[in-house]
Parts: sequence; structure tokens; C-alpha cells
Amino acid sequence: MDRSSHPRSRRFAPVIAVAAAAALTLAGCSSSSGGKKSEEGAANASAGKATTPRMTVALVTHQAPGDTFWDTVRKGAEAAAAKDNIKLIYSADPNAGNQANLVQTAIDQKVDGIAVTLAKPDAMKGVIGKADKAGIPVVGLNSGLSDWKQFNMLEFFGQDESVAGEAFGKKLNEVGAKHALCVIQEQGNVGLTQRCDGVEKTFDGKLDVQNVNGADKPSVKSTLTAKLKQDSSIDYVVTLGAPFALTAVQSVSDAGSKAKVATFDLNKELIQAVKSGDIQFAVDQQPYLQGYLAVDGLWLYKNNGNYSGGGEQPVLTGPAFVDKSNVDKIAEFAAKGTR
Amino acid sequence: MSMTQQAEPAVTSPPVSGPGKEKDGRTQQRSLVLRLLARPEVGVFLGALAILVFFLIMAPTLRQGSSMSTVLYQSSTIGIMVLPVALLMIGGEFDLSSGVAPVASALTASMTAFELTLNVWVGVIAALVVSLAIGFFNGWLLVKTGLPSFLVTLGTFMGLQGVNLAVTKLVTGNVATDDISDMDGFDQAKALFASSFDVGGVNVKVTVLWWLAFAALATWVLLRTKYGNWIFAVGGNKDSARAVGVPVNFTKISLFVLVGFGAWFVGMHNLFQYNTVQSGEGVGNELIYIAAAVVGGCLLTGGYGTIIGPVFGAFMFGLVQLGIVYATWNPDWFKTFLGVMLVGATLVNLWVRKQATRR
Repeated sequence: MDRSSHPRSRRFAPVIAVAAAAALTLAGCSSSSGGKKSEEGAANASAGKATTPRMTVALVTHQAPGDTFWDTVRKGAEAAAAKDNIKLIYSADPNAGNQANLVQTAIDQKVDGIAVTLAKPDAMKGVIGKADKAGIPVVGLNSGLSDWKQFNMLEFFGQDESVAGEAFGKKLNEVGAKHALCVIQEQGNVGLTQRCDGVEKTFDGKLDVQNVNGADKPSVKSTLTAKLKQDSSIDYVVTLGAPFALTAVQSVSDAGSKAKVATFDLNKELIQAVKSGDIQFAVDQQPYLQGYLAVDGLWLYKNNGNYSGGGEQPVLTGPAFVDKSNVDKIAEFAAKGTR
Repeated sequence: MSMTQQAEPAVTSPPVSGPGKEKDGRTQQRSLVLRLLARPEVGVFLGALAILVFFLIMAPTLRQGSSMSTVLYQSSTIGIMVLPVALLMIGGEFDLSSGVAPVASALTASMTAFELTLNVWVGVIAALVVSLAIGFFNGWLLVKTGLPSFLVTLGTFMGLQGVNLAVTKLVTGNVATDDISDMDGFDQAKALFASSFDVGGVNVKVTVLWWLAFAALATWVLLRTKYGNWIFAVGGNKDSARAVGVPVNFTKISLFVLVGFGAWFVGMHNLFQYNTVQSGEGVGNELIYIAAAVVGGCLLTGGYGTIIGPVFGAFMFGLVQLGIVYATWNPDWFKTFLGVMLVGATLVNLWVRKQATRR
């Protein structure tokens, strides 16, 4: 019965070969604009190199695969590790139970320090206690502002999502917004919900919330278009991540709406959009700084016994506003994908 | 649109019709309405119609032409992928990698063009080669090993997820690709994959046209060609199909390659509409594609189904997703509404078919 399979499947070989040949033929035509060649080779931030003994630090986050924000956190951590002569072990899992297991593997490897996010604090409590018992210093970053001290952690680097939301709400008042739409790209995420709640707290106008499917851009786009058409009184769209802000700009134009777009968090393309005026402003919690300071904080503790934030207070990395007035300064760093 | 092109599927297995089909008094006496209702796509058509009427009442904004255009756009980005997925299901297999495959394709195109600073079209063609190769690999592995398609494509799904992420990071240093909108060929490619035009003041996305054109083509292939017969045959009963000379392996592999083509097309739309691609996208869409095909009357067991049904299935998905927004329901319940309406629509679909086939 298998006799038919061989000649049949072979029929595809010429097809693929032809397509490949076509691709090669086309390879003659290179692009005269854009592309890698137009990018200047900018060096990453570096600040000499420590001669202290090599140590190992584990950074365990709740990153979902392919998220640009977390990639920036990781780059900050890597930069600090390179400078401090640290071997950095990065791991991540959005599922809280799996993330706790990853911390456990770091304890098993007897690392010299652990930096961890507390997106779901309850699930992490037990394993952080274990690290404490094993004498491994643990620092928090990004999420867990209300829990890090109770967990007996060393220090914390991040942004208070509620505070950032409140700052955002005040800014909306300043620019004269009346009716804003807060767009949540991941239904049920505590930090994102806190941001919208924070905006609502200080914003004088009306705030609606809209959930979208962040894993599917066409779906984000048409959902926002639908919402803007449904309610033409919306004059500001607030997104909670940079890629969604850029999609929201398309939705606004599709819906024929006059709404402006502002966002939390930055990336390379977003900086351009702020420059061109498509995006009004962005709240930056400086993810690079969070990763960098968390790793550097552990190094300082081990080598000099320092406590960032005095061991009492968190070290806040945001909210910093990026708008037309200061975007040019940031653009050169953002081109490297580190802002 | 393609309602007029329906014809009896050449080979349908479920209702056992004996040799004396022509003389069977029962089928003769059944009224036109009942015979119409027994068709697999009519149930989903009525289900979609019911939901449409419901939302037209609940959400005044949906009554505007421009709102309908948004719904059609949403449906088309799902629908283009649902077409090959439905054909594959009629052929008795399914593909769990169909959600992340468009992302793989878009990443290939974007990185090939950007990193080598080539005309965007080179990337587009490289992506086509990669997409078809992924489809071929799925089909080839299936017929070579005899493993169920659930397992084979689950492997490809996970493999691709990792490759999408790791290769992007390795090549670009970031987890998203660079903006290619200022490169040569971008505008032409955008015109083909992601343009839009005005019809009577309503902005229509080109994907809607592609969707309907591909649907018409797929319907013709399924009902009017030998290859269409082969699809029904391999999905109905592989061994008897092989016994009567149907090239089973060729049919199965080519169906997976077709899914690869669909993934390429959707991937190119996403790339040229949004300029950059995030490597973690697409997960979960495979279930939406499969669900839309099932709602559209394709059996999970294969051998039965149409193309028009899944077209309405995709439309229903787009409609429910956006109808909830137009109706301004509490967004916390978004997914729940979606689930309830979909199961409800499928039940209506089933019920209609049962009423019609019962005497």
C-alpha cells in the first residue's frame, strides 16, 4: 500500500526547487531603502568590567513568549551581568506554578542571588521562603510592590502600577481628555487591571475598559475599530503596551474617529510614532533599568553589603513620561532595542 | 455571495443511500425546504442569521455599513485560514500548527528582507517556500509514520512556537522584527495583501475579497474536480479510497500544503498591515479556525462538510467577537459571551439539521 507514497511525495520536490530558484533569482534585487544596512551599528551600554569573583544570578520572570517588554528587562539584566562579571541564568514562565518551580531550580543550583517578579505573589511565597532559608538573597522587580517586604526580600525595583495609572489619569486631565478607553490586552492580568483602575481614580472624565485578544493583531484592530465606531464620544485611547498603541492608531483612522492615542510602555516603533505625532505620550517604567538594577543590586549586596532603597523602600523606576518634548533624547537608545 | 454555487457534494458519506436512491419514495416526497435544511451549510447560515438579527437589535451601531465592513474584515482574517483548515478536516485530518504558522511565515518574510536588505518581495517568496515546506513536512510525517494528525501537528505547533521566538531573537536581537515599511516593494506588497478601497463611502479591506474569491475557488475544487472527490474519499474511508485508486498520500500531503499556503497569505497580511511582527503571536488561533470549521458543519471525523458552511462559521466568529463590543456589554464577560454564543449557534445548527433529516 505504501508504494504510492514515494512517487507522489516526490512531486513536491521540483515545486520547492523551482520556488527556491525563484527566490535566489530575486535575491539580485536588494532594497535601496530601510533594512539592516541603513541601521548604524550602535554599541550597547557598557561601563567597564568588575574584577570581583564570578558569581551566578538567576532572573526568573513571568514573561510570555515573544513579549518585547520583557526582552528589554532581560537586556538590562544582561548588561549589568556583563559589567559585574556575573553569570546570568534567565528563565520565565507566565504560569505561576511553573515560575515557582523555576525559582526552585535556581535554589537547587545554589546560585548567589535570585531576582524574581511577583505577578502572582501567593504562588511564589513558599519558594521564596526556601531561598531565604538556603541563605540566597532575593530581590524583586517589576511586580510585587505590596508583597516584597512581607516575603523578607532584600530590595525591590519597579513601578507601582496604581501610581503609574494615577499619573496617567492626571496627564489625561492636563491634555483635556473627556472620555477615555482603557484597552486591556490580557484579560485577568492583575497589573494591567491596576493600571486602568489607577487611571480611573484620578481621571476626571469618563473611563471605559475594553478587553482585546493581544495574541492576534487583526482581532485587536477590529475590536478597537468597533468600539470607536460604537461610541464616537471617546477622545482618548489608552493602551497598556506599546505594540497595541500602534495598532490602536490604525483603528482610530479606520473608524474615522478623532480620538488620540497614549500608552504605557515603549518600544522602537513607538518612539517614531511619538515623534510623528501619531501617539501623544507614553508612560515609561524603564524595563531596562528594572533588569539592570535588580542584577546590579545583588552584586552590590554581595560585594559591598549595600541595600538599595535602604532595605525599607522600593526603588521606583517609573512612571516617566515620554512625549514630543523629550522623545529625541530617548530615540537614539530605543534604536538599539534597549529602551 | 457564493450561495448560488452550491451543488450536492459528489461524495457524502453520512446518509446511507442504497442503490435504488432514485426510486426511494421517501427522498422524493421530502419538500424543498426540508431538503434545503438538510444541507450542512444551512444550519450555520440560520445560526449566523439569528445572531446577526440579535446583534442588529442589541447594537444600533452595527447597522452602519462601515461597522459591517469591520466585522467582515475580522471574519476574513479568520476565514482565509478556515478555508484550507476545513478542506483538511473534510480530508479527515486537522492541523494544530495553523495558529502559529502565519506568524512563522510573516517572521520569515520580514527577517529575510530586513537582515539582507533585499526587496520585500524576496522575503515574501522565501516565506511562501517556508510555509509550503512546513505544510509538506506535516503531511509527509503523517503518511510516513501513520501517527494521528493531532500528534504530528501538536509537535509542529510547539516546535514552531520555539523556532519563531528563538530564531527571531537570534537574528534580530529582539523578540519582534524591525519595521520594513520603508523598504523597496513594501507598497506593492501592501496593495496586494493589506490594501483597502471605498465602496459607496464604506471602506472595504482587500482581505474580504480574497476570502470570498478563495472560497469560490475552494468550492469549485471540492465539488467539481476529481481532486475534490479525492478529499471526500480519503476523509470518509482511507482504505476503501485507496482500494479504488485514490492517491491517498498525495491528497493528504497536498491538503497540508494548502494549509501552508493559507498561513502564508494570512501571515503576509499581518506583516504588511502592521509593518512588524511579534514572535509570540498566533497561539490559540488554531482552535478558532477549527471551531469555525466545525460550526460550519465540517465533521471532526472527516469525510463530510462544505466550504460555504465554514465561510459562515468564520463570519459568525467575527460577528460575535465584535457584536459584543458594539452592544457595549461588560468586557469582563467577553470570553464567556463568546463561548456561550458559539455553543448555542452550533446547537441551533445541529437541531436544524436533525429536524430536516428526520422524517
